[in-house]
Amino acid sequence: MSSASATPVGAPRRSFLLPVLMLALGLLIGLSGIVGQIALYWDDIVYLAQEHVVLVASSGGAAILVGVPVGILLSRPSMQRVAESVMQIFNIGTTIPTLAVIALSMTLLGIGFAPAFFGLFVASLLPIVRNTYAGLLAVPGHYKEAAHGMGMTPIQILTRVEMPNALYVIFSGIRTALAINVGTTPLAFLIGGGGLGELIFTGIDLMDTGMLLAGAIPTAALAVLVDWMMGQAQLRLIPKGVNPLR
Amino acid sequence: MIRLEELTKVFETPNGPVVAADKVTMEVPAGEICVLLGPSGCGKTTALKMVNRLVPPTSGKIFIDDKDTSKLNDVQLRRSIGYVIQQIGLFPNMTIEENICVVPRLLGWDSARAKKRAAELLDLVGLDAKLFLRRYPKELSGGQQQRVGVIRALAADPPVMLMDEPFGAIDPINREVIQDEFLKMQSEIKKTIMFVSHDIDEAVKMGDKIAIFRAGKIEQYDSPDKVLAHPANAFVADFVGADRTLKRLRLVTVEAVSDRAWPAISRHAKVRDALVAMREHNAHVAIVLDSDQRPTGYLTEEMAEGAGGVAQDVARPVPTTVPARADLRAVVSEMFANDVMWLTCVDDGGRFAGVVTQAAVTAVLGETYRKPGLVAL
Repeated sequence: MSSASATPVGAPRRSFLLPVLMLALGLLIGLSGIVGQIALYWDDIVYLAQEHVVLVASSGGAAILVGVPVGILLSRPSMQRVAESVMQIFNIGTTIPTLAVIALSMTLLGIGFAPAFFGLFVASLLPIVRNTYAGLLAVPGHYKEAAHGMGMTPIQILTRVEMPNALYVIFSGIRTALAINVGTTPLAFLIGGGGLGELIFTGIDLMDTGMLLAGAIPTAALAVLVDWMMGQAQLRLIPKGVNPLR
Repeated sequence: MIRLEELTKVFETPNGPVVAADKVTMEVPAGEICVLLGPSGCGKTTALKMVNRLVPPTSGKIFIDDKDTSKLNDVQLRRSIGYVIQQIGLFPNMTIEENICVVPRLLGWDSARAKKRAAELLDLVGLDAKLFLRRYPKELSGGQQQRVGVIRALAADPPVMLMDEPFGAIDPINREVIQDEFLKMQSEIKKTIMFVSHDIDEAVKMGDKIAIFRAGKIEQYDSPDKVLAHPANAFVADFVGADRTLKRLRLVTVEAVSDRAWPAISRHAKVRDALVAMREHNAHVAIVLDSDQRPTGYLTEEMAEGAGGVAQDVARPVPTTVPARADLRAVVSEMFANDVMWLTCVDDGGRFAGVVTQAAVTAVLGETYRKPGLVAL
């Protein structure tokens, strides 16, 4: 084939095709007048995007604040006996579809912000707990032995040796959790939680493409933005010696 | 000084209690290296780890510099003992400087003092501080990492060090180099060191004393030469190997056996005078020296007899020389390689420093068996 053996087939061609495709898409959108239709909803987009961000930030933040300590706790040697069983419960938790979690949450907490927050919190908790737990267990024993033998206290071993060495894995868990969270947040509308889901689902019901895209495009953009921010955090916050990205 | 008194460790396992250390009693004098040697599972590592309480003793006492360590809390105790492990255990998230400064910072040193110490220590092991302080462990070779592992343990200048197979993961060539470096460093810093090894050659090289363990008990605790020359029992004899006498060659330097009064003459001296000197010393060879006292050739009795003139006309070039600081293993190796019974020794400046003969080597090795009161094996 014409492409070099080291690069995947199609890769050079795609890089050439992509701008052309985007140009064509842009032209199509411009000609169809859809930008005008979306612009009609600008005030709604701004208001609902704020609600959306608040939901993501609060439920994601709470999941980090709870998930990381729980993961740390489970990784302690004294928890060894129960840790695997607890992780199994978390694993079963993830097999429940997020829509079902949101619905169950509504039956418990009614409608509005609280059940939406709780449902999203539960959905993002598992990847964080699992990666924190697995990341800490994967820190090689001889680092801990050296730290122990040099006279670090258990807290010092955790904060100075174990956490920095598990940070990359923990960050990956948080990144996954937030990706799930941003993608699930539109469902919050179904239980009165607000957010950009309002435009998406109403747009579907009314078969109004403009309204639908006014919800879908900002949601997608938000997901990309959050993932990019997490990628940057992962690149910059993790010490150089244990950061495979640097 | 480290003293263990009736130190015992019993591990409770599902298959019943296992005794890993059984009333171990021993003393490592200040400034000496004691190698704990034995097959795997003999309890040597357990004994070591009880000193810094990574393994809590079941019973018995440990004294460091005559102070009972059970009075100290675990963390205090460990910060006052240097600890080196086989896997090195440099923390990959920290730079070399941060790694070396771990214990000083735990002890509350200010950062300027700790940094100065880190640079000092890197110099001590021949690593350029400017180049290495800011690097991360993964950017260093295995040998460099091990050097940093050792100086990290020395950072807070502890009087006592525990080393658990510290050079076990290094390739044989680098291991020799690092062992030599470490011995040189030890001759200056004079730490009291407990050193676990399963390699008899390493033990003989590094140890002032060797403690041989079997099933949690010390089978013999003696100087390397005693262990090799007079194994206490069949187990020790077997463990140190059938070639144990050859291993003793490493323990003696050329200086100790070379005959400095051996006839050596100027190359301008008369051959007849050489013959007289040989007969006086009852030697069959004379070494011929140049004006800088460097050995250039030799004369045998047969060559000298009936020959006239000066030494350099008749002399043959010396096959090879050995440095006076080399050990006897190098000497014997050279003797075999050159098919000779004697070798000329030279000092650091290449000047004549005596002659070592095969008979002298044999005599030194055999000496220990001829002492009165010792049973010859």
